[in-house]
Amino acid sequence: MSDVACEISNLEKSFGPNQVLRGIDMKLPAGQVSVLMGANGAGKSTLVKILCGVQLPDAGSIKLFGSSFQPKSPIEASKNGVITVHQSINDGVVPDLDVTSNLLLDGLAHPGEGFLLNRSLMKARAAEIAKVIGYKGNLDAIVSRLGVADRQMIAIARAVACSPKLLILDEPTSSLSATEAKRLFAVIEKLKNDGVAVLYISHRMSDIRAIADRIFAMRDGQISGEFEGDSLDYEGAVTAMLGKKMTDFEISISAVSSPVLQLCNLRLSADSKPLDITVSRGEVVVITGLLGSGKSLLSSILFGLEKPANGQMLLDGSPFEPKNPANAIRLGVHMSPKDRANNAIVSDFDIGANLTLPFTKFFSNFGFTSLKRQQAACSSMIDTMGIVCQHGADMVGTLSGGNQQKVIVGRWLLRECKLLILDEPFQGVDIKARRDIGAHIRATSDNRATLVFVSEIDEAFEIADRILVLHEQSIVGQHVNKNIDLAELLSQVSGNTESIEQAEMVR
Amino acid sequence: MNKDKLKEFAIRYGFILLAGLLIVFFSIFASGFAGPRSAVFIFQSVAITGILALGVTCTLVVDGFDLSIGSVATSALMLSAYMMVVLEQNAFIAVLACLLMGAAVGLINGFLIVKMRVPDLLATLGMMFLLIGLQRIPTEGRSISTGMRLPGGNLAEGTFAEGFLWLGRHRIDVVLEKLIPVPVIIFLVISIIIWIFLEKTRHGRLMYAIGSNERAAALAGTNVSGYKILAYMISGVTASIGGILLAARLGRGDIASGTNLLLDSVAAALIGFAVLGAAKPNAFGTAIGALFVGILLQGLTMMNAPYYTQDFVKGAVLVVALIFTFALSSRVRGGNH
Repeated sequence: MSDVACEISNLEKSFGPNQVLRGIDMKLPAGQVSVLMGANGAGKSTLVKILCGVQLPDAGSIKLFGSSFQPKSPIEASKNGVITVHQSINDGVVPDLDVTSNLLLDGLAHPGEGFLLNRSLMKARAAEIAKVIGYKGNLDAIVSRLGVADRQMIAIARAVACSPKLLILDEPTSSLSATEAKRLFAVIEKLKNDGVAVLYISHRMSDIRAIADRIFAMRDGQISGEFEGDSLDYEGAVTAMLGKKMTDFEISISAVSSPVLQLCNLRLSADSKPLDITVSRGEVVVITGLLGSGKSLLSSILFGLEKPANGQMLLDGSPFEPKNPANAIRLGVHMSPKDRANNAIVSDFDIGANLTLPFTKFFSNFGFTSLKRQQAACSSMIDTMGIVCQHGADMVGTLSGGNQQKVIVGRWLLRECKLLILDEPFQGVDIKARRDIGAHIRATSDNRATLVFVSEIDEAFEIADRILVLHEQSIVGQHVNKNIDLAELLSQVSGNTESIEQAEMVR
Repeated sequence: MNKDKLKEFAIRYGFILLAGLLIVFFSIFASGFAGPRSAVFIFQSVAITGILALGVTCTLVVDGFDLSIGSVATSALMLSAYMMVVLEQNAFIAVLACLLMGAAVGLINGFLIVKMRVPDLLATLGMMFLLIGLQRIPTEGRSISTGMRLPGGNLAEGTFAEGFLWLGRHRIDVVLEKLIPVPVIIFLVISIIIWIFLEKTRHGRLMYAIGSNERAAALAGTNVSGYKILAYMISGVTASIGGILLAARLGRGDIASGTNLLLDSVAAALIGFAVLGAAKPNAFGTAIGALFVGILLQGLTMMNAPYYTQDFVKGAVLVVALIFTFALSSRVRGGNH
């Protein structure tokens, strides 16, 4: 019924030894919305970056309406009608300019537009664009004073104003309210009728139900499933995205003793449902959920980076209100954050200094670092974690991703703690390193409570005693890691309300 | 492979080797260059800038920058003169007041940067202006010396204390009579203290961690704000020490001196990046960087290069050092990733 607007074949991209895209094949039809789903690190953003000219592919080809398309810069991509609204809103707006200038920015940046600004003409054009998207705010307002939702709408309006042929929207509704999202969907509907192909990146079932014509599920740099038709198989797509390869892993469930962490009626943010979680000594609890389900927020709260809206947190029975990470560590909570490159690795340091970073006090005498003790601790951690390196004095940047992650997880195992939190400990890690890390976490878990946040289900199966499912900042499922009903678990992850209600009735 | 090794050797030892070659070159071609008195003269010429450079090194370590060091030094110069000449205080009080002033300026810089979220360059630029202006107010823009007429109409009757002048002018007998000036000894002592602090203590290591990945340091429980403020306080105190030594050498509160301190000391700290291929701020490199400039200028002067070429020479050295640091060493490091 419709032409193919964009055809991607066998697209590959590597960063060093890390192959991010392993042969992507996609056809995006004109006049349709194609949704792209994929967990963290699946390669979505790399794909988007190639499409909008930020990065060049290593292999493969892209065709735009039949002709070859290989943008070398974002300007070239937008000239060809490929317009992207990035997830980070601040990429889409210039905060210090007013709404009018923002809406017309692409025109202003265009060479040959004239030298002087014609204010009244600009305002008239901006008003037109604002009308299309249904933006009713003041066009003279400075963008930095506007809320997130308005900024998002402006970024989208700007993209629409460029009359795109292929519009890429990366999590566009993440900061929009329901009514604003509806307005956006109306705009998308209009674009569809004009024959624009839309590539829409989101996990939200409500979005997908409202606008999707097809779903691509992405996993490990490949398209792992394509779904279309009248009744889109959302659950099937989530399954394809998360992968359900059951591993031959056999977990012997630990015996539960006294509770270490208790969260009672905790609301992560003002408008979320209260949640209750208990993690006991010797237990490894995995919390899973999609992007935006509240995993990061919960881990930040537990480590003193954020404050919960209300509710109570207890650690070993006494109130637990960490003021900052240092305070949390003092109270016996260790957290290995996600995204090691930004949050954990000190690339100027060697392995030993990276390992001991939080505990320099214990590796120094009167403030003077004791290299001897550091080396001893470092080489024993290298042995137990199986870190592949020549020496503890190797710079951490020389290690592979998996070994860097071992260093980062090992950092928090150097000293005993009451509660160990691991946020995405298997991110960007090969299967061998993943097994090593998982085995070591379980082997050392007897004397503490362990809480692990992962978005990939099979990672959860490899390490958990208990799996909790988080959806829209509340717990919607709870499973002991033995003979889990995978279909039920996946439907909970995807936020299928029926099965959640059933689960609640059972409870 | 061999080429890589050669390159790594060049990056590691290139700058020190260059300094050695310069010394040999000047010893042969500039008569009087080789000898203890000349060596001491080089040390003496870089002692004050070196001390300031060590302070700015600490702020560079936490990925900050302190533009106010030059003006802190001249403020200390004026303050010490004011304390002794106008207020007729003794040397100890004058020195103490300067050190406190330096620490307070560092504290305010740190507060502006950490709590008020003013970018480091802008905060310390503002502080620089403020201090340049402030040091002129008490004397209506004039230099301070014994016998000057004060704004109130009286004559200033205090004098620079002997003990204070000793700091800048005394020379200690080592082998030769009256060989090593006190400022050189203070420079060496501060170098060693800052080197030990940055390289051998956990506090120094945490400061390097902050400079390399602030977020990772914070998530490891490091008191990022505290260490940043500490870095600016160290910088303020060392700059005030530099100012005290300058005042002690001059013996008067000269409003026009110390104009080159900021650029010279920042250059020394940046040249230090290239020493031993560190590619990061470090105390040893800073001290060597300061000496390198001193050797070059001393040698050229003795070979009758005119004084007005000095800044050009410093600039050239700085640019070469920066190429060493950023183009060459980062390429070798980048190869590992």
